[in-house]
Amino acid sequence: MTTIALPSYEDATSRYETVIGLETHVELGTQTKMFCGCKTDFGAEPNTQVCPVCLALPGALPAMNGAAIEATIRIGLALNCDIAEWCRMARKNYFYPDMPKNFQTSQYDEPLCVDGHVDVVVDGKEYRIGIERVHIEEDTGKTLHVGGATGRIHGATESLVDYNRAGIPLVEIVTKPVPGLGELAPEVAKAYVAELRDIIRSLGVSDVRMEQGSLRCDVNTSLNKPGEEWGTRTETKNVNSLRSVERAVRSEVIRQAGVLDGGGKITQETRHFHEDRGDTSPGRSKETATDYRYFPEPDLVPIAPDPAWVAQLKSELPEKPSTKRARLREEWGISELDMQSVANAGAVELIEETIAAGASPAGARKWWMGELARRANELGIELSAAGATPAQVAALQKLVDEGKLNDKLARTVLEGVVAGEGDPAEVMAARGLEVVNDTGALTAAVDEAIAANPDIADKIRDGKVAAAGALVGAVMKTTRGQADAKTVRELILARLGVS
Amino acid sequence: MSDLTRLSAADLASRIASREVSAVEVATAHLDRIDAVDERVHAFLHVDREGALAAAAAVDRGEITGPLAGVPIAVKDVVTTKGLPTTAASKILEGWTPPYDATIVERLKAAGMPILGKTNMDEFAMGSSTEYSAYGPTNNPWDLGRIPGGSGGGSAAALAAYEAPLAIGTDTGGSIRQPGAVTGTVGAKPTYGGTSRYGLIAFSSSLDTPGPCGRTVEDTALLHAVIAGHDPRDSTSIPQPVPDVVAAARRGATGDLTGVKLGLVKEFAGDGSEPGVLAAFRESLEALVKLGAEVVEVSCPHFQYALPAYYLIAPSECSSNLARFDGVRYGLRSGDDGSRSLEEVMSLTRDEGFGPEVKRRIILGTYALSSGYYDAYYGQAQKVRTLITRDFQAAFEQVDVLVSPTTPFVAFPFGSRTSDPYQMYLADLFTIPTNLYGGPAISVPCGLSEGLPVGFQIMAPTLADDRMYRVAAALESAVGTFTPPAL
Repeated sequence: MTTIALPSYEDATSRYETVIGLETHVELGTQTKMFCGCKTDFGAEPNTQVCPVCLALPGALPAMNGAAIEATIRIGLALNCDIAEWCRMARKNYFYPDMPKNFQTSQYDEPLCVDGHVDVVVDGKEYRIGIERVHIEEDTGKTLHVGGATGRIHGATESLVDYNRAGIPLVEIVTKPVPGLGELAPEVAKAYVAELRDIIRSLGVSDVRMEQGSLRCDVNTSLNKPGEEWGTRTETKNVNSLRSVERAVRSEVIRQAGVLDGGGKITQETRHFHEDRGDTSPGRSKETATDYRYFPEPDLVPIAPDPAWVAQLKSELPEKPSTKRARLREEWGISELDMQSVANAGAVELIEETIAAGASPAGARKWWMGELARRANELGIELSAAGATPAQVAALQKLVDEGKLNDKLARTVLEGVVAGEGDPAEVMAARGLEVVNDTGALTAAVDEAIAANPDIADKIRDGKVAAAGALVGAVMKTTRGQADAKTVRELILARLGVS
Repeated sequence: MSDLTRLSAADLASRIASREVSAVEVATAHLDRIDAVDERVHAFLHVDREGALAAAAAVDRGEITGPLAGVPIAVKDVVTTKGLPTTAASKILEGWTPPYDATIVERLKAAGMPILGKTNMDEFAMGSSTEYSAYGPTNNPWDLGRIPGGSGGGSAAALAAYEAPLAIGTDTGGSIRQPGAVTGTVGAKPTYGGTSRYGLIAFSSSLDTPGPCGRTVEDTALLHAVIAGHDPRDSTSIPQPVPDVVAAARRGATGDLTGVKLGLVKEFAGDGSEPGVLAAFRESLEALVKLGAEVVEVSCPHFQYALPAYYLIAPSECSSNLARFDGVRYGLRSGDDGSRSLEEVMSLTRDEGFGPEVKRRIILGTYALSSGYYDAYYGQAQKVRTLITRDFQAAFEQVDVLVSPTTPFVAFPFGSRTSDPYQMYLADLFTIPTNLYGGPAISVPCGLSEGLPVGFQIMAPTLADDRMYRVAAALESAVGTFTPPAL
């Protein structure tokens, strides 16, 4: 295998134009599956949420879950789509063991929602992403290959299938091709998925958690030289976080540029993104792809949503996340850029709830965008899964506001909260982290510091107040950081008669 | 007690209700009859003596009452029965026992009807002779060397052999009516969606219709009333109330058809049928005229395309419906010895599990749905389907029902049509248009040709199932019923 010299990203985007497109799958949070009454709880024992319908036993038939149709229409409306007055489900035929019927009930040329758009802001500039279609389909089961040396399909000695996920309603959202983004393509892709996630979350139809797979994203990328036709695209799968969306596009741009630079051709194929390495490897080639033999699903009657009902759903849509962000930006008094980072971090609702629980906007934002965001980033998880609830963050900030914790101690307490040791007050008590406010004890420590550093004390007495910092440091050291620095400083100055 | 097997279902029901006989006695008589004759007829793939007697005993204890309480029934093996093997006469489902009842089976049980067993058929209901059963054919009680029709030959033969007073069939292109015709029994295909498909192992979803089989029109109507009605588990089930088919059958039995207009389908009245079939059909038509009916010739110009359209639509849907038989979750699994990939095991399972006619249709359907051929085949066939529906609608503006022979020929000898699939497909020439349209149709015995039964088909508009029962009962009152020679 020959190695291809890879250009830098900046080099690649200076010579090639990028076209991206995104296909996003959202698992709906309906109580029951798409075509039967089985539950949809995440993480249940394998094959405990199954019945004749979702196992495709002979004779079983699907019956449509009306809640799934409603949720899909609401998503379509929130993405500014037109809603079909009449459409059908279709069968997508292919053999795979995690697909009980060996066809997926989906939609083909008659999607429920078409022709919408989503606006996203990157670096202060707005980009409109066209939505080609939004359709409803069913999820498949999960196959687990066990045994063998590698644990991969070819080495496996056994394949186990869990059908709990089979038949969970899935909404597929497909963008139109997005050209002209220049070097910002990865950021726009990420911002789009974040925006989509926020919109869907605001509708309450899915928990849209990428790490649990309830929001899954395939990224299409192609390159072309300026003035030339669009290039052959690849489809990158296994993109499981917002950060990965950005990285996947970036790595695919670099890889394709390398191939094209070397005079090679891009193969139309599915590629697999590797979270650990940050690059993609080839999956199945589209040239040998199955002919899915789509045809209208004869077991289900057509979907014909009443236009009056659709109009009502439209009028009842919640505030748009972008509108909401503009409102909150005012309320919180932060810049557009700061608001963007809050949104991109998936922190809007978390901060909002933290404020509702009593924290100041600045206090709430500090924790979510600071410690917790760092942690989520490091672990590659969603912010909401970082280990603290808005109520806990509000309680933490309250302890700081009350002077019971200083900033450093509060961070330690948060570590305990995240580690599951309890609410902030419990962690503080259990770890003995409360700020030393006992003036007697503090005074003793201050006097000790003054006695140990007579030179510095003299300087302060002479009016060099800035020198007090050294004494504050000494006191903090003896109190193992549990003192409030401001109080210590005041005390030192008072003892030395300069306040 | 063996004469209990000669009684109609209506008669049995009233005797059981009045405690003249017990349901257990009635079930026993039929089970004994099966023991005595089924070795020669082979109508059953599985007999459930224990279950049938237990259900009969519950009726005798007074736990269930109703118009057919205690009347035993045979169920085509393509309909799921909880705890009773269900194979669709295919090797691929050998030994499979469903964990659930089909909706119509639930209704039979709720009506207190003991299930005698499961009847033979062409594999996955694909065929017109039961010769494509993986478990050997059923023999026609009229002549054991001849076919009993298909796919539901087992259900029809069970009636003709007095093994059961009633039976469940399924009709995709004529699988209830054609076996009824060639065994001298009654078979009705209800309006599509009038009877639930939930638990019917799918052949062609847009055509499959479960329905009742009996020896008399009234019996058939009584069973129709038990199984029909809306089922939320079948999306294509229709919510409208079921027309009163029993009242219609009883009204028709009075023999008055004054003012009823019968449409004689021009395209079906001439060539294609055996002379004996045509003769019996024409005599019956005259008998109906004597009862006051008026005969109007109508043209349905697109009926001639029904057969080719059907043989694109049905195989297309079947190619997808039968994909689930892959050896992963149930039924046969071949070659899983650790040396083969999953794909190879699936492929081997399907190769060994499916018979020749099923494979033929899967291949045909796979081809018709393929990218690049879809419009020319499946798409075109759907257009023909629309045109045929319009033919029916136009015809029903002029007449109340349409009439034709049920099938162009009487029961044929085994092996005479298996070498040429097209010759077999012709058996359904007159029954298929109704399936494409979705309306109801019934086959009633109307005479004999060379000692073998001939069927008379009555087709009605969708949701007007009662209309065909009225005409069918009138015809029955005029020509009587037909009894096969003793076995």
